[in-house]
Amino acid sequence: MSRLEVLKTYKIYIGGQFPRTESGRYYQIQDGKGKVIGNICLSSKKDVRNAVSAARKAFGGWAERSAFNRSQILYRIAEMLEGRRDQFINELMIQGASKVNAEKEIDLAIDRTVYYAGWCDKYQQLLSSVNPVSSAHFNFSVVEPTGVVSIIADENSSLIGMVSLILPAIAGGNTCVVLASETLPLCSITFAEVLNTSDLPAGVVNIVTGKKAELIEPMGNHMDVNATVYSGSNADEIKKIKELAVQNVKRVKTYNKKWISDESQDLYLIADLQEVKTTWHPIENIGGATSSY
Amino acid sequence: MAKKTDKKLSGWDFSPSPEGTSHIALKDKYDLFIDGKWVKPSSGKYFDSINPSNEEKISSVAHANQADVDKAVKAARKAYNGAWGKMSGKERGKYIYRIARMMQEKARELAVIETLDGGKPIRESRDIDIPLACNHFFYYAGWADKLDYAFPNRKVESLGVAGQIIPWNFPLLMAAWKIAPALAAGNTVVLKPAESTSLTALKLAEIIEESGLPAGVVNIVTGFGDTGAAIVNHPDVDKVAFTGSTDVGKIIQKAISGTDKKATLELGGKSANIILEDAPIDQAVEGIVNGIFFNQGHVCCAGSRLFVQESVAEVVINKLKQRLDSLYVGNPLDKNTDIGAINSKEQLQTIKKYIKIGQEEGAEMYQSPCSIPTKGYFCPPTLFTNVAQSSVIVQEEIFGPVLTIQTFRTVDEVIQKANNTPFGLAAGVWTDKGSRIFNLTTKLRAGVVWANTYNKFDPTSPFGGYKESGFGREGGLHGLEAYVKLS
Amino acid sequence: MAAFLLSFSYVFLSLILLKMPMSKLKPFSSDFDPLRHESPSVDKVGVEERVARIQTRSIKNESKIQGLKMVLNMIDLTTLEGKDTPGKVKQMCYKAMHLHDAHPGLPTTAAVCVYPSMVSVAKEAVKGSDVKIASVSTAFPSGQAPMSVKLDDTRFAVDCGADEIDMVISRGKFLSGEYQFVFDEIAAIKEACGKARLKVILETGELVTLDNVRKASDIAIHAGADFIKTSTGKVQPAATMQVTYTMLMAIKDHFDRTGVMIGMKPAGGISTAKAALHYLVMVKETLGDAWLSNEWFRFGASSLANDVLMQIIKMETGVYQSSDYFSID
Repeated sequence: MSRLEVLKTYKIYIGGQFPRTESGRYYQIQDGKGKVIGNICLSSKKDVRNAVSAARKAFGGWAERSAFNRSQILYRIAEMLEGRRDQFINELMIQGASKVNAEKEIDLAIDRTVYYAGWCDKYQQLLSSVNPVSSAHFNFSVVEPTGVVSIIADENSSLIGMVSLILPAIAGGNTCVVLASETLPLCSITFAEVLNTSDLPAGVVNIVTGKKAELIEPMGNHMDVNATVYSGSNADEIKKIKELAVQNVKRVKTYNKKWISDESQDLYLIADLQEVKTTWHPIENIGGATSSY
Repeated sequence: MAKKTDKKLSGWDFSPSPEGTSHIALKDKYDLFIDGKWVKPSSGKYFDSINPSNEEKISSVAHANQADVDKAVKAARKAYNGAWGKMSGKERGKYIYRIARMMQEKARELAVIETLDGGKPIRESRDIDIPLACNHFFYYAGWADKLDYAFPNRKVESLGVAGQIIPWNFPLLMAAWKIAPALAAGNTVVLKPAESTSLTALKLAEIIEESGLPAGVVNIVTGFGDTGAAIVNHPDVDKVAFTGSTDVGKIIQKAISGTDKKATLELGGKSANIILEDAPIDQAVEGIVNGIFFNQGHVCCAGSRLFVQESVAEVVINKLKQRLDSLYVGNPLDKNTDIGAINSKEQLQTIKKYIKIGQEEGAEMYQSPCSIPTKGYFCPPTLFTNVAQSSVIVQEEIFGPVLTIQTFRTVDEVIQKANNTPFGLAAGVWTDKGSRIFNLTTKLRAGVVWANTYNKFDPTSPFGGYKESGFGREGGLHGLEAYVKLS
Repeated sequence: MAAFLLSFSYVFLSLILLKMPMSKLKPFSSDFDPLRHESPSVDKVGVEERVARIQTRSIKNESKIQGLKMVLNMIDLTTLEGKDTPGKVKQMCYKAMHLHDAHPGLPTTAAVCVYPSMVSVAKEAVKGSDVKIASVSTAFPSGQAPMSVKLDDTRFAVDCGADEIDMVISRGKFLSGEYQFVFDEIAAIKEACGKARLKVILETGELVTLDNVRKASDIAIHAGADFIKTSTGKVQPAATMQVTYTMLMAIKDHFDRTGVMIGMKPAGGISTAKAALHYLVMVKETLGDAWLSNEWFRFGASSLANDVLMQIIKMETGVYQSSDYFSID
């Protein structure tokens, strides 16, 4: 007699917890043959709101963590991903990927995590400057994370499209609320499980699943979100996100990249979610030109 | 506290010392500068440019409409596809250097016009605005042939035609902030100055004409909001750069939401200036004065919210009031004037509205007892104490010589209050303790933080805001990013 | 009863011990105590900016003439050389009273400033005029002498008729942190001055930082200085606008706290009319017009007077002047 498989409930990820959507609603996704793969949370506006609150709460602590520590945590995520490699391959294949492509995708996701782990304590040096002002002041510009970022993940990718946006955001000290691919959501929740076992503080990454048509709006117009990131090419969605951003002058970054490529990772994706802060301080110049040193 | 000494005891006062105006050349009427030529506005309409210190007309300025803007954008596109686009960075840089030099040669004339047209004290236009504007061109000139070093591992290209809209508070300086990096990166420009302060931008157009810069690389179209809208909405504009109010910034952000236009917005602010008990108090008082009364408070990064630690509040406020009394308000052309004219009648009304609100909110007002001219738009330097974080005058940008003063007890408290605003342009911190400075400058969510100083600007120093104060940086290496495409 | 007396006298004694130096000399002093490191810090760059802004003030026409005459009347015409003789001093005193007789209506200088040994000569020379006699003392300029010598030096000058004493502080002691010593020394000299007004020279060129200048100013003021003065003129840099500004702010704070006015004397290195006018602007914009008289503000200078005179004549004739037409005593 064959063993009965235990099915996974795909829940959303908010503030380090895995609640069901507060709305109680769900939607079903199917594989190519029309077989139901899972019941996915159909998150509501309120879930997004809760996720933003969690992200805001986590922001100060995450941004102020030492860069080295952020790097350690990202590397830990890579370790956890590696341990779940087969699970991701399985999920990607359930969602229609070939084995070769599934392996490529998870391997790239793991390696990309290591890549951004390395950036955590380096991008500052490349993006900052000491500015030679004419007056008796020391003047320098450093980058700081923009804040809470809402990420609308790439629709055509279950894992790499989402991971490629989350990593530069959190490597740079931001916290985020992610809307997973509507049609390929499985890996997003498994990825959340990885994050939850990786020393990543609760609330740094929050992931919701649901309908873009419903959730772009709360993701885009929440007044406590500082930037919105979008991956894809849907002109209507992009226009809508840009319009929603106006109310609090959100930064909007839209990408139309082939994420499953080694090229699609770089310093400038981190830079896109950084603010430049310039600091001035007088220099007491005793002796001035007459001092020899 | 001891009484103030009677100033009339010996009564030594400064005689009027007006800057001469005989050496400036202004036309009665200015046309639009498009494609290297001065062209009449297609509507035939002109508007008056008024001297806000005496309400007299200085000159007539063309009002550009959509057709004129279209002409300007076409000229810019033609130049971009032609001579300018094909020119090497080295040659571009030399043109920018040449413009910078010619501005320096005419610096005094530009300063006088800036003061006549905008109302700012000649001391500021002469010592700050104009030199900084020249230096901005010098700084970016040198970048033109070094762009590959600015963005490691990336190919740098220009964007195309930049549409630029600038405010009335630093007319020539803002023109420089916009035009210099745009040209250095290889773009062409259509720039609209603010309607109340078009003249120095038009003088700059004359300099550009004289410099031999290829026709169409820089086009100056004067006008009102409709002219600006025509630039923003023009389909062949690749980049929009705007400095001005947050309200208009939002309109622009929305207007271009369905396009691929790149944008930088430098918007409003309500910046906190924080005085801790161990601050160098007398220099802090100067910093407060410079923070809010520089350019009549028409400064987006003005330190308009003063926070003073309770243990020194009485001393600081007393010193501040006395210092206020020693400021000269009046004829902007007088070399001794500290506070000039409010830029326009409308702005004066706005400021007066907020002063009234402050009084109605129950705040305690102190105004310098200075005499102000009967003609022209003037406002005495004004302090409000006994205000709360929730007061309207504490929350909204007034853009005038009006300071609100709040007290605080602990560093944590003041950081929270300072950040408790939709804006994030600038902040000031005054303390003698280094570790405390770094704590504050790190935690304040603002694009520029001045520690033990305030309102300092330099071409090499990036400027721009967090949150609703806008995005993108102007100045320095970071300012180049706004005008390039990386691949 | 005995216990009561004992405890009473204990409290009384400790009060005296604690408060004596200050309460004795300045009964109106507040609780501000510069000996306990309470002087506010000074940011040099901020001071430089403030001074630069003062220097942009444009003094023209009537205000310039008025200002220049005020400058003349604030000068302590000075000779402090090893080679000073009665002859030299007498000639300088004559100059102090007759700055430029070709031009009537000019004031005299405020004072002449000489070594103690020249006080009696100078006193005789200026008899009948308003010109005061200032004498340096306390082993000027280094101040490296025992207290007894400094007291004798001071009493000698006062006995010879000095109206004002310009003492030097012990900079070595100050720099090694012995602020109480500096304070006590000033207080003792003040006592020795009797009716003569005491100017305390900080020798700011040796104190180096503006924080030190501020602290020394506060100590001098609290120890009983009637004036604080920048320099001996023997050390470079001597008076600067930055240093003077810092000292003016110490005077200002003292006045705001106590209502007591203290005078200010920048000395050394001020040789042009333009520079002198900048100093007056600075006084006006910090302390106010009440300080704009030679009772509260002086210039210690030897060559300033002629440049001011040349400017005044130029203003009135419209013709630039030559130094050949102005006596050099």
